[in-house]
Amino acid sequence: MLSTETKERIQRIIARYPVKRSALLPVLFVVQEELGYLPDEALHEVARWLDLTFLDVETIVSFYTMFHRRPIGRYHIQVCRNVSCYLCGGDAIREHLERRLGIRPGETTPDGRFTLSEVECIGACSWAPAMQINFTFYHHLTPERVDEILASLP
Amino acid sequence: MEKVRVLSARFDLPDSHTIEVYLRTGGYQALRKALAGMTPEAVIEEVKRSALRGRGGAGFSTGMKWSFVPRDSAKPKYVIANADESEPGTCKDRVLMEKDPHAVIEGILLAAYAVDAHLAFIYIRGEYWYLKERVERAIEEARAHGFVGANILGSGFSCDILVHPGAGAYICGEETALMESLEGKRGYPRIKPPFPAVVGLYGCPTVINNVETLASVPPIILNGGDWFRRLGTEKSGGTRLFAVSGHVARPGVYELPMGYPMKRMIEEDCGGIRGGKRLKAVIPGGSSAPILTAEEVEQCTLDFESLVALKSMLGSGAIIVMDEETDIAQVVYRITLFYEHESCGWCVPCREGTRWMRKLLERILRGEGRPRDVDLLYELARNIFGTTHCPLGDAAAWAVYPAIEKFRADFEKYVRASAVSVSAEPSGVSGVRRSLAV
Repeated sequence: MLSTETKERIQRIIARYPVKRSALLPVLFVVQEELGYLPDEALHEVARWLDLTFLDVETIVSFYTMFHRRPIGRYHIQVCRNVSCYLCGGDAIREHLERRLGIRPGETTPDGRFTLSEVECIGACSWAPAMQINFTFYHHLTPERVDEILASLP
Repeated sequence: MEKVRVLSARFDLPDSHTIEVYLRTGGYQALRKALAGMTPEAVIEEVKRSALRGRGGAGFSTGMKWSFVPRDSAKPKYVIANADESEPGTCKDRVLMEKDPHAVIEGILLAAYAVDAHLAFIYIRGEYWYLKERVERAIEEARAHGFVGANILGSGFSCDILVHPGAGAYICGEETALMESLEGKRGYPRIKPPFPAVVGLYGCPTVINNVETLASVPPIILNGGDWFRRLGTEKSGGTRLFAVSGHVARPGVYELPMGYPMKRMIEEDCGGIRGGKRLKAVIPGGSSAPILTAEEVEQCTLDFESLVALKSMLGSGAIIVMDEETDIAQVVYRITLFYEHESCGWCVPCREGTRWMRKLLERILRGEGRPRDVDLLYELARNIFGTTHCPLGDAAAWAVYPAIEKFRADFEKYVRASAVSVSAEPSGVSGVRRSLAV
């Protein structure tokens, strides 16, 4: 289910660690990057590479919030709700996103383009309110700026 | 107090993250100095003399930590840079790694030389993926120049550095949970002792420091521990990066000497409270640190001792500033959401307590709180404190009960309001039922 290139990349990652199991998180990220999420089949494969059981891998995937067991939208919008963003108007940004996208946190738009999540601190406190779309940070948000950002996405 | 830029000296230079700029501005000179003419013991001694204390949260003496690593151990030794910056309010390591990744790398190499480690890890929170890529590029630059890898600068000392991504768990910033995570397990904190210096990653002696702590080491080796200590206070040496957020005119990451007055930082460096409003409160060291009132801020200086005297802590150096219109109960609610979400679930008081605090606060904020709910919340937080085996439970409690002690009215106003509405509510009892029954 994975490309040859990805499999080679994974072998290179595993080779860098003194203990194979340590490669688990980076390997899961690589698999998720290719598939968009982590289906059972992928977890079985990761388990085989690292000499682990399916359950070993499953228990890790369920502990860490950045792994997805189901497909999510092409753009994962993660809007911060914690204290610094809250103080600087983060709630209004979340409400604006909800209105614009017609979904609530935890939901995906019917066209599969956007998933909205409310997240705890993303490390953008001094430039609040902030969000991440996939791995890109957006700072000093206003509803107008959010509209511009959404319109600029390919 | 003189404002010397030690950690942020390169931040404003174009391409500050490249090795060319780093080398042009004194980069890797400390490593050359150490490898050419200092014993590992001398490096540790210099760091001890600097009074450098951990910049991640706990504030432990860095030199002491390094000296706990058993030199005669036959096991491999490891160095870990903790870049799992996730504490609400904290965003200074992000700036440091973005602007000056080589300072972190050089600090790691010096730590590795000091404790005889040949492999080091940088554990970066997964959300900072762009920094993982940036730091990896910097490591390759350093390798190409002979600073990383085998036989560094012909000294016979070898060390490789691997960047490892976290995957969205605040608990992994706790040092032993981080090691579990790095071993490919759930991030459950270990019971201490044994401490990581003796039994750390893979059961081997391990030095684990925050990235800012490590980035402070090259200037210490280059200019001397005494020089660094004198920049700050006797017990809190040097300068440090403060991430200021909330209601100031100019939030941002500021480098200031330890011992700098907090009030002055807010008013002069950060331009005061925005909109000309008055200060109400400050959370001084990330969301885990007990809140300070405006009066306490007056007497507070930015060093470990001053914050301890105020029964709070300097923690991660994240200063969250709140103006007079801030509702402290709402702020505390946000923080309880965080700790409930980030509790690893291992200890019952933390797992259940954080959830109970959040639910209780929701009831209070909805105006459905009973008059004794504020006391109940207070008691609950007191009972979480000290009953969990990692500091997350303490942090969750510290975010709550000092806030009730200092800003009780902000909580009680909801309960009082609900008491009024409850008494004004029609009873709905008409007596009709009885007459129908007859």
